[in-house]
Amino acid sequence: MLKLEKRQRPSEVWSYATPVIAVLLTMVFGGLLFMALGKDPFVAIRTIFWDPLFSEFAFFYRPQLLVKGAPLVLIAIGLSYGFRAGIWNIGAEGQYIVGAIFAAAAGLALYPMEARWLIFPLMVLAGAFGGFLWAMIPGILKVRFGTNEILVSLMLVYVAEQLLASMALGALKNPEGFGFPGSRNLAQWSSSQNLEIVAGSGMHWGVVVAFLAVIGTYVTMSRHVLGFQIRLTGQSPRAAAFSGVNPARLVLVSLGVSGALAGLAGMFEVTGPAGQISIDFNAGYGFTAIIVAFLGRLHPIGIMLAGGLMALTYIGGEIAQSQLQMPAAAIQLFQGMLLFFLLAVDVVTHYRVRWRRPASARVAAE
Amino acid sequence: MDLGTFSPVLLIASLMVAATPILLASIGELVAERAGVLNLGVEGMMITGAVCGFILAVEIGNPWVGFLGAALGGALLSLLFALLTQILLSNQVATGLALTLFGLGLSALLGQGYIGVRAPSLPRVDLGPLSDLPYVGRIVFGQDLMVYISLALVAAVWAVLKYTRAGLILRAVGENHAAAHALGYNVVAVRTAAIAFGGACAGLGGGYLSLVRVPQWTEGMTAGAGWIALAIVVFASWRPWRLLLGAYLFGGITGLQLNIQAGGLSLLNILPAILISVGIVTLLVQLFRHLRGGPVARRTMITGQLLVAAGIVLAGLNRLFPDMRIDQAFWLSASPYLVTILVLVVMSAGRAPGSLGKTFHAST
Amino acid sequence: MRDVLLALEGLTKAYPGVVANEDVSFTIGRGEIHALLGENGAGKSTLVKTIYGLVKPDRGRMVLNGARFEPAEPRAARTSGVAMVFQHFSLFDALNVAENIALGMENPPSQRDLAARIEEVSETYGLPLDPFRVVGDLSAGERQRVEIIRCLLQDPKLLIMDEPTSVLTPQEVTILFETLRKLSAEGTAILYISHKLEEIRALCETATILRLGRNVGTCDPRETSARQMAEMMVGGTLHVPEREAAAPGEVALRLESLSAPSPRAFGTSLKEIRLDVRRGEVLGIGGVAGNGQDELLDALSGELRVAPGMIFFEGRDVGAEGPDLRRALGLLAAPEERNGHAAAPEMSLTENAILTGRVREGLSRRGFLNWGRAKTFAERVIERFDVRTPGADNTAMSLSGGNLQKFVIGREILQRPEVLIVNQPTWGVDASAAAAIRQALLDLASNGAAVIVISQDLDELMEISDRFAALNEGRLSEPRPAPGLTVDEIGLMLGGAHDMEVAHVAE
Repeated sequence: MLKLEKRQRPSEVWSYATPVIAVLLTMVFGGLLFMALGKDPFVAIRTIFWDPLFSEFAFFYRPQLLVKGAPLVLIAIGLSYGFRAGIWNIGAEGQYIVGAIFAAAAGLALYPMEARWLIFPLMVLAGAFGGFLWAMIPGILKVRFGTNEILVSLMLVYVAEQLLASMALGALKNPEGFGFPGSRNLAQWSSSQNLEIVAGSGMHWGVVVAFLAVIGTYVTMSRHVLGFQIRLTGQSPRAAAFSGVNPARLVLVSLGVSGALAGLAGMFEVTGPAGQISIDFNAGYGFTAIIVAFLGRLHPIGIMLAGGLMALTYIGGEIAQSQLQMPAAAIQLFQGMLLFFLLAVDVVTHYRVRWRRPASARVAAE
Repeated sequence: MDLGTFSPVLLIASLMVAATPILLASIGELVAERAGVLNLGVEGMMITGAVCGFILAVEIGNPWVGFLGAALGGALLSLLFALLTQILLSNQVATGLALTLFGLGLSALLGQGYIGVRAPSLPRVDLGPLSDLPYVGRIVFGQDLMVYISLALVAAVWAVLKYTRAGLILRAVGENHAAAHALGYNVVAVRTAAIAFGGACAGLGGGYLSLVRVPQWTEGMTAGAGWIALAIVVFASWRPWRLLLGAYLFGGITGLQLNIQAGGLSLLNILPAILISVGIVTLLVQLFRHLRGGPVARRTMITGQLLVAAGIVLAGLNRLFPDMRIDQAFWLSASPYLVTILVLVVMSAGRAPGSLGKTFHAST
Repeated sequence: MRDVLLALEGLTKAYPGVVANEDVSFTIGRGEIHALLGENGAGKSTLVKTIYGLVKPDRGRMVLNGARFEPAEPRAARTSGVAMVFQHFSLFDALNVAENIALGMENPPSQRDLAARIEEVSETYGLPLDPFRVVGDLSAGERQRVEIIRCLLQDPKLLIMDEPTSVLTPQEVTILFETLRKLSAEGTAILYISHKLEEIRALCETATILRLGRNVGTCDPRETSARQMAEMMVGGTLHVPEREAAAPGEVALRLESLSAPSPRAFGTSLKEIRLDVRRGEVLGIGGVAGNGQDELLDALSGELRVAPGMIFFEGRDVGAEGPDLRRALGLLAAPEERNGHAAAPEMSLTENAILTGRVREGLSRRGFLNWGRAKTFAERVIERFDVRTPGADNTAMSLSGGNLQKFVIGREILQRPEVLIVNQPTWGVDASAAAAIRQALLDLASNGAAVIVISQDLDELMEISDRFAALNEGRLSEPRPAPGLTVDEIGLMLGGAHDMEVAHVAE
C-alpha cells in the first residue's frame, strides 16, 4: 500500500521538478487526446510547442509570445499576492474587462485631442484604477461583511461581461461606426495607441510593465515586510494575527494589487492588440492566468516562465486550429489538464511517498 | 402599469423550472460541504453533465437516459476531484477551479457536433383533473418529473442528514475529521461518496438545463449557474430547506428577468416589486428563525427593511419621472449575479462545517 | 494477583527518525487500575493507540482474554471491549451529546432510548449530563464526561484514560477517582496515563514506567515514593528552579474591567477582569482549559483589540493598539499553541524570529527586512536557550515540541520585555526543558520585568508564582499570595466542581 508521510519542509527539488513533470504528463495525455480526435499526436504537439518558436514562419509567431504572455503574466503576478495569502480572487477576468473599459472611456472622453503625453498616461492610470475598483468590491464586502470573495469576484466577471456588451453597444459605441458594435479604434489613434517599442518584436508597453511587475514582486516577496506578511498569512493565519498582521488590510492590499494589475493588462490590450472595446474583447486571460499563477508556483520568476509557456499554447493552439483543424475546445481542455496534472503531482513536494506492505501481508510473512 | 402577457401563474411555474438546475446542483454541493469538502468545480461538473446528458438523450432518443448520463458524467468528473483532493491531498480551492476550467473545455469539445440539435423533450406529468385546477393545478401538478425529483431529493437529503446514522457520520466527518478518524470512521471514503453524490447532482442540474430548460446545447451554457449554486449553499447555512427557498428565490429572479425581456416590460416598473419582495422574504426568513427560537440578525433585518423602503421610494419616483432612462439590457442580464452578491452580503451565513475545505491526512 | 486481561509482548513501533516503542511488555489484570507513566515523548500515546487499533505495531503481539488481539481499527478494539478517553477530546462541537455518544458506539439505539440510557449511566456514576446539549457549549470537565459515558455505554473490559485530570479542578479529580474505583470494583480494568505522580499514588495499584519508548520498570505506586518514580521516569535527578527574592516594584500592567467577546465559535468571553501586575513579580493564572485563557492572551498580545479604558501599560491605554505597538512598548506574549499560533510551522526559525522580533529587534528598516540581523537574532535564541536544531534555516516543524517551545519563549525573553505573558509555557515539554523555561521566567522577573504565567499545571504555578489567581468562565478571581494556598482553596478558586457535588449528594 502506498503511504504518504508529511515532509518536515516542502522538498525544493520537487517544487522545481513538478511543473516540468506536469507539462510532460500533459503532453502525453494531450497527445492521446489529439489521437482520439484523429490527429497525429506528434505533429500536434510539435505544432503547439515547437512551430511557434522554430518553424519556418516563427518570425511571425515569436512576437506573439510577448503579446499573449504579457497580460497573462501581469494578471498572474497580481493573483499571486492573494493566492499566497489564501485570498482567492478568481474574478481577474472581470477586473481586466473593467480596466479596459475605464481606460477606453478616459481616452475617448478626450477624443480627438492629440496629446499623447497626457492621454496615454491618463489611460494607464484609469485602467489600473478600474481594475482596482472592481476588485475592491469583493475586498470591501469581505472585510466589512465577511462575504466570500471567491463567489463575489466570480459573479462580477459575469456582470463585467454584461457591462462590456452594454458599453460596446451603447455608451462607447463608435459614432462613426455605421451602427456596428464596438468603440473607436484606440490602436489607430496616436494619443492612445500602445505601440511596439521595437518594431517586429511584440514588445509593447504592457510587456515592459509586466517585467517591472515581476521584478517588483520578486523584491516585495523576498525582502519587504508586506511579502513576509503575505506568506505568513497564507501558511498560518493565526500566527499572522499574533505577529501583528492586519488581515483586513491584507485582503484589501492583495485584492487591490491584483485588480490594478489586471486592469493594466486590460488597458494595454484594448489600446494595442485588441484595439477597441467590443463584445468579444475578453479572451479568458483572467482565467488562464490562474493556471499560470499555479504553474509558476506563485513565484514571480516562475510565473514569467509559465506565462511564456501558456502563451505558447495559445499561439500553437491557433496554428493547430488553422493547420490541423484542431477544435479550439481541445486547446482549452489541454490547458485545463495542465493545472490538473500540476495539482496531482504536487503531492510529492509536501509528502514523501512510501511503499508499505499491508498489515495482513505482514502477519502472513511472520 | 402594463402587465401585458405577464401572468403570475406562468411566472411561478417557470420560476420552478428556472430554479431546478440550481437546486439540483446546490443540494449535491450541500452534501459535499456537510462532509467537509469544498468543491468549487460545480460549474464544471454541471456543464459536463449538460453535455453528456444532451448527447446521450439525442443519440438514444430518450431524455431519461440523458439524465442518467448527465448524473454519471458529473459523478465521474467529481471522482477526479476526489482523487486529487482526498488521495493526492491537493488544495481544494485550486482543484475546484481546475475542475471548472477542465469541465468547460471538455464539454466544449464533446458538444461540438451537437450545436443546434434539438433534444427529445421531457413530458409534463399529467395528473388529469388535478392539473386542470385553476392556478394551483399548473404550478403544483403540472411540472415535469425532474422538478418533483429535485424536490424529493431535498427532502431525502434533509431526512438522511437529520435522522439516519449515515447522515450523522457524514456530519461528524465534516465537523471534525480528526475526531471522526480517531473513532475509526473512514474519512476519505465518506468524503469520496459525498463528492460523487455532489457530482451526480450537479450533472443532473446541468442535464436539466440542456434537456428541459433551454433545451439545446450551447458552449458555456451554464453561465455561472454552478457558482450561483455554491452561493446558495452559503445562503442556506448548509440547511436543505433553506436551500430550497434560496434556489426558488433565484429562479424567481431569473424567470422574472426572462419574462420582462420577452414581454417588453420596463425594468423600472418591475424593479420596485423585486426589491419589495426580496425585502419581505428576508424579513420572513428572520421571523421564521425567531419563531424557532434562534437569534435574529439585526443587520439582516435592517437590510430587509431598507430593501422594502427602497422599493417603495423607487415606485414613487417612477410615477414622478416616467422618462427616467436606464440601460435595461445590462441591468436585466446582470441581475442574477448582482442579486447573488446582494444575498451573500445580506445573509449572515450560519456556522460552516468545522473541517470545511481542510485537507485531511491521517498521520498515523 | 488478578487474572490477566491484557498482555503486551514485545511491542515495537518505529517512525522515521524515532523509535516510539521498543520491546514493551507488561500485563494488565482484570479490574486493575494500572498506571502508564512517562514523560512527554516517552511513547505512552503510541502504545495506547496501538491497543486501541489506531497504530499497527511493527513487531510484538497482544493477548486479550487469552486470545490473540490485533485490532485493525478502533471499531475492532471497541468490539473486543477496549474503550478510550482521549487527551484531546475526539468530540464534535456542533453535534449534541447524544449524537456524539452514538458516533462512538457500534449499534446505537434510537436517539430517545440513547438519551434515557445516558441519563441512567450518568446518574449511576455521578456524571450529570444533558443528552441534548450541544457539545461546543460544554465546559472541559463536562466534555470529558461525554467521553467517559460514551465508553461506559459499551461495557468495556478495559478503559484507557489519557491524561484525564489535566482539564479538571481538584474537586472534579476526586469525583472522577471515585467513579474509576467503582468501575474497577465492578471488574473493569483501567489503563491510566499520566505524569502526575501524586495522583497515580492515590489511585493506581500498579505502574509501568516508560522512558524513551522502553519499559524501564514496574512498581506498586502505593509503596514507591514520588521521587523514586520521577527519577525512573527522567532517568536522572531533577533540577528544582530557584530564585532570588525581590521586592515587587511599581505596577507595569493594569487591567480595568477587561471584557471582550471571544472571536471564536464556542469560545469563552472575558468578563470584567481586574488586575494589577507589578515589576519583579510572577503572577500565576490557573484554570481549567477553555475558561478564557486563550482569549486573555489574545487580548493582552493585541491580537484581539478591546474597547478603550481596559488595558493600561505603565499608565498608557493600549487596548485598541495592535501587537506591533505593544511590542514596541515592551508588552510581549507567547501563546499556548506553538504550531500555527506562536510560530509558523513551515517557516524557518529565522522567519519565525521576525514573526515577533521585527519591531523590537530592529529586523526591518523602512519596510525592508534585514535578513542578516534576523538570522543573528534567531541564532542567539537558539544558543541561549539550548534549542536543539542544525541551524536557523530549519523549519519550525522540524523541531520537537520542547525545542520549539524553548525557541518561542526564548524569542520573547531575549527581547527584554517589560511585561511578558505566557500561556502554558511547559505544556508537552520534557522535564529538563520545562525546568529551564521556568528558570528563565523567574530570572526575567528577578531582573525587574512583570511576568504573567497562564497554566493548567497547578504544581508549576505553585512553584514559580508570587501571587495566584484563577480564571473561571472568563472571570478572574482576586489574586492571592501563592505561598500557603491549600489545594482546597485553589480548587474553590478554580470554580469548585461545577455541578458535580449536587449530583453526588443525590446518589
